[in-house]
Parts: sequence; C-alpha cells; structure tokens
Amino acid sequence: MTGWHIHTGPVAVLPHENVDTDQLIPARFMSAPRSAGYGQFLLHDHPDRARIAGAEILIAGRNFGSGSSREAAVYALVDAGIRAVIAPGFGDIFAANAVNNGLLPATVTPEDAAALMRHSGPLTVDLVAQTVNGTPFTLPETWRQKLLNGWDDIDLTASHTAEIKAFSTTYHGKNPWSLPNPKGDNPCE
Amino acid sequence: MKTLFDKVWDAHEVLRRNDGTSLLWVDRHLVHEGSHHAFRKLAARGLPVARPDLTFGVADHYAPTRGAPATPAIAGMMQTLADNTARHGIRHFGLGHPRQGIVHVIGPELGLTLPGLIVNCGDSHTSTHGAFGALAFGIGATEVAHVLATQTIWQTRPPVMRLTIDGTLSPGVSAKDVALAWIAALGVDGARGHAIEYAGQTVRNMSMEARMTLCNLSIEGGARCGMVAPDDTTFAWLRGRPYAAAGWDGAVAHWRTLPSDPGAMFDRDIAIDAANIAPLVTWGTSPQDALPITAQVPAPDTEQARDALAYMGLTPGTPLTDIAVDRVFIGSCTNGRIEDLRAAADVLRGHETRVPGTVSPGSTAVKRMAEAEGLDRVFSDAGLAWVNAGCSMCVGMNGDTVAPGQRCASTTNRNFKGRQGPGARTHLMSPAMVAAAARTGRLTDVRTLLRGRVA
Repeated sequence: MTGWHIHTGPVAVLPHENVDTDQLIPARFMSAPRSAGYGQFLLHDHPDRARIAGAEILIAGRNFGSGSSREAAVYALVDAGIRAVIAPGFGDIFAANAVNNGLLPATVTPEDAAALMRHSGPLTVDLVAQTVNGTPFTLPETWRQKLLNGWDDIDLTASHTAEIKAFSTTYHGKNPWSLPNPKGDNPCE
Repeated sequence: MKTLFDKVWDAHEVLRRNDGTSLLWVDRHLVHEGSHHAFRKLAARGLPVARPDLTFGVADHYAPTRGAPATPAIAGMMQTLADNTARHGIRHFGLGHPRQGIVHVIGPELGLTLPGLIVNCGDSHTSTHGAFGALAFGIGATEVAHVLATQTIWQTRPPVMRLTIDGTLSPGVSAKDVALAWIAALGVDGARGHAIEYAGQTVRNMSMEARMTLCNLSIEGGARCGMVAPDDTTFAWLRGRPYAAAGWDGAVAHWRTLPSDPGAMFDRDIAIDAANIAPLVTWGTSPQDALPITAQVPAPDTEQARDALAYMGLTPGTPLTDIAVDRVFIGSCTNGRIEDLRAAADVLRGHETRVPGTVSPGSTAVKRMAEAEGLDRVFSDAGLAWVNAGCSMCVGMNGDTVAPGQRCASTTNRNFKGRQGPGARTHLMSPAMVAAAARTGRLTDVRTLLRGRVA
C-alpha cells in the first residue's frame, strides 16, 4: 500500500443514511477473486449506481458502511476509483477495513456533510491539514498515520515478534485453560 | 475497579503504542469460506499461519442446505477453504463433518468459546461469543490475514456501555425482542464503536442461547462487541464441551473473577425495562425499524423511511398484523439454536402452515438434537422444509434466496435491501413470531396463539 496526503477529485453524493455493506456489494458477487476487479460490483443493485460513476470522493449520510464485515465493500469502492468517503459516521469494521486499503473514512458533522453535498465541482481532501476544502474532518491519529505512510499492519507487527512470543509464553503459563482441550479432537460423535 | 471488558482486554495486551493503539493476543480465530481473500494475502507474502492450533475452519456461508452446491463457484468456495486449512494444518469442519455448522453456533457448542478469551472471526456477528464473557468481535479480510500471520490484532480501546435490562419478560417475548427493542430505541448507530456489557436481572435469568441472541445483535446497534458476565449458567452450559478447558476447576475459579467490579465505571449507562417489551417485528430496511406487533406501519418522517416503505411495499397506517407474508425462514447465527427451534415448534405443533418456508438448524449438532426430540417432524408435518445447517437464507450466498418482491418472515439479523436476495422483503422477528406468521400467513401476535398454553 502506498501512502498519500492530498487528493483532488470529482465528487458524487449518496445522500442516504445507513448505506450498509450489503448495498455496497451484494453477497452474490463475493466469491469473485480480487483480480477480477470489484469496481463493477459497487452498489450493483442500488438505484444511485449510475450517479457515482467516475467519482473519486464520495459524500454520504450517517452510518455509512454499517453491517457485514465484508472487506469486499471497500474493494468495490477502491476498485471503482474512490479515494475518500466523507460522512457523519461510519460502521466500525468498515472504517478499519477502509484504512487497511488506503481509503479514507473522513468523519464530518452532519451540518458539514450537508454543506459539502451542496458543493459543486471537485473537492480536495488533505490528510495533513485534516480538511476537505477547508472543512475539518476527524480521523483517529493511528489511521491518519497509516494512510499517510502507507503502513501495513503485518509489517509493523513483524518488529514485535519477540514481544509476542514472550507474551504468549507467559500468558499460557498463567492461563493454561485458555488453550483448546487436546481431548477435543477425539471423535465423540 | 475494572469492568468485565477491562479485565479481558488488559489480560491480552501484548503492548500499547504511544498513540494508544494496543496489540492484543487472540485466543481463538475462526475462519470460513469468506476468508479466501485473507489466505490469498498470506500466500502472496509467503507467510505461514502463526498458530494453526488456535485457528479453526468451518463451512457455513456457502454451505448447501440440501443436495449439492448450487453452482461450481459455490462448490469452489468450500473447496478453497478445505485446501487453505489443509495447507496450513488448521482443523476444518467441512461439509458433511458432524461438527459443521454456522461458525457462531459451533464455536460455543464445541467449547472453543470460553469466558475471558479474545475471539476473532471475519464476520460481524462474532459478537455472539460475548455471551460467554469473551471479548469477541468481527474483523475484515486484512485483519484476518494479520491474525493468521501473527495471532494478534491491533485495536484501539473502545468506550464501554452498560445496558442494564431488568424486569420479567412476558410470555411470547424473547431475547430477539429485547435486542430489537433497544436497537429501535437507540438507533442502528446508537452504540457505535462501543463495547456493550449486558447486565441486569433479565440477562442473568436468560439461558445461554438467549444471551447469544442478545450479543449476536450488538453489531446491529453499531457496537463493536457485546458481553455478558460469566456465571453458573455459563459454566453449566460449557462443562464437558469437547475443547473446553482441560483444567476445569482452575478455569472456573478464574472465570469467577471476571465480572465487573461493584462500582466499576462505564462510559455510558443505559437501562431498559423488559416488562414493557412486546413481540416486535421490523417494517423497514434497517433493524431499528422495529415496532410492537400491535402497532401500525408508521407514517414516514424521513427520506429513508419513505424509501424503506417503498422498497417494502407497505402503506402507512396498515396494521402490522394485516401484512401477508409469502414465506418464512427459521435459522441463522441469531436464532438457529435448539431453544429457538423448540420455541418455533411449540407454536407449530399440530398445525399446518399457510405459507411455505425453511428451517435450517444452526449446526449439524443442533440438527441431530432437534431430530432426537422430534422437532423435525413438527416442522415437516406443519409443511416447512427441514434442511441442513448453514447461513442459508440469512445471507443467500449458497443460493437459498427469497424471490424478488416476496415477503419473508425471518428469524435472521438483517432486513437490509437485497439481503435475502435481490428485491427480497425481510421482516425480522423471533422464532415464535415467525412460526405464528407461518400458521396464519401474515404477521401475527404469537401471544394470541399461545393463549391458555403458557403460564
């Protein structure tokens, strides 16, 4: 994943609340390999599908990306060319998935979201200033750093391998009950 | 003074970065067919699975509930999981295995889920396992790959919300109704980003099955996870389960220390009175669109509500009990356990259904247990199809879908547009309420059918 800090692009508005990940990508498309390109599945059954074609920044209603943990929803957005979603709140798992794929989930106030929805022309998202065309957005600092630097969690964790090993040894010594009972593998059915 | 959540979190913290993000040890990692993206990420880096002994695979999302897989693509999804688990030495409960079932049903059933553990799975309803006092939450594919590679996960500590539920549930009212009631009251993002601890006498009186239903639906209120403090009900349910703790007495002694300390502080405190809860049904396309069955289709006050009513084909002012359904579905990680099947069977016993429907037990073990009790006959005699275990019509990935425009009374967790198939209309409710709808062919107050039969 490569980091980024500023992006200017065309905007689409999806003025609905609770656009869940089932709407972002219906379940029937999720057996496709990523190499197929998930952009074609984005909002496949949604009446506003045509409205978002060509957009790079999406402005949406509150609780965007709620529901299923399917990262495929983020793949669909990213593969369709979306770099940032701006909304007054996101589904928890969706937002984490977004950041893991370089997609910015920028939280703004409901008033600012409404104002941005009325804006015409492209918008500029700035991860350093933490603004969209001057309007501030919130984003956990950890996630901002990940997006800016293109950090990958597996790489980050690799530097802690020794600590993890030491932790698990101590932890299992103290909590032997936490391991699966080896007898569990005996066929008992 | 610590909360249950604090105790479990703190015990698993490998390290904490300066920015407040913690690296947590993961005790159990459950994978399913949908984990294929994560295994591919691992393969692309040439990484092994760090702890195959703590990782378990199961076929559920794409599992056929009758006959062969519906398409080669669906068969391929299950084969890919079988191949990935075999390659990495992960135990796998595939199609036909006596331990196969929905991941959130088999985890507890096999004793993989225990109090005080951290449980992860690439599925939002992982919150279910919190019923045992585990810290259990759903994760995305990149995080699944991370857990596979490291047996740890990076997390920011969420605020904790205590949801205290007191009062006696009326006959015909279940944990499903309690969950829909609080989600309707607080909204689908009402608990967003929070860990919920369900407390209060109503929860203490609940069976493990009921607690699992309650915790399962935490995500539908936006929470990251839901938890119930472990107690004697928990220990009795878990004792003797195949993978449950080798040193049982020591484990129980530890688990008794897990409940929140008296006086522990919560970031939010909400109380609801269970005595006032009636059987609920959803009328819209979000779990918060729930009303007592005695109510009417509401007049829309938002663009979203107007849109939901149009999708659902409903007219404001219509009594909910006038809504005719085309079919019913009983099953899912929300309501596919033995008690759910018993509750539905109690309503159906000796009656015929007016509409077709499917009953898919939550696991192969639940199926066997239900058949030993004769529940399969109750459903079959009533006119419902008794099929194999899997996610089935809750998500439609295996080809079990509701036809476009058709209306389904369903024990599942999401009434989202298209969730049960393109154009499908879903009404969420409890197993007893679905059984009642099956009997009459329309949404029905189950209490009118139970009259004289319950104390």
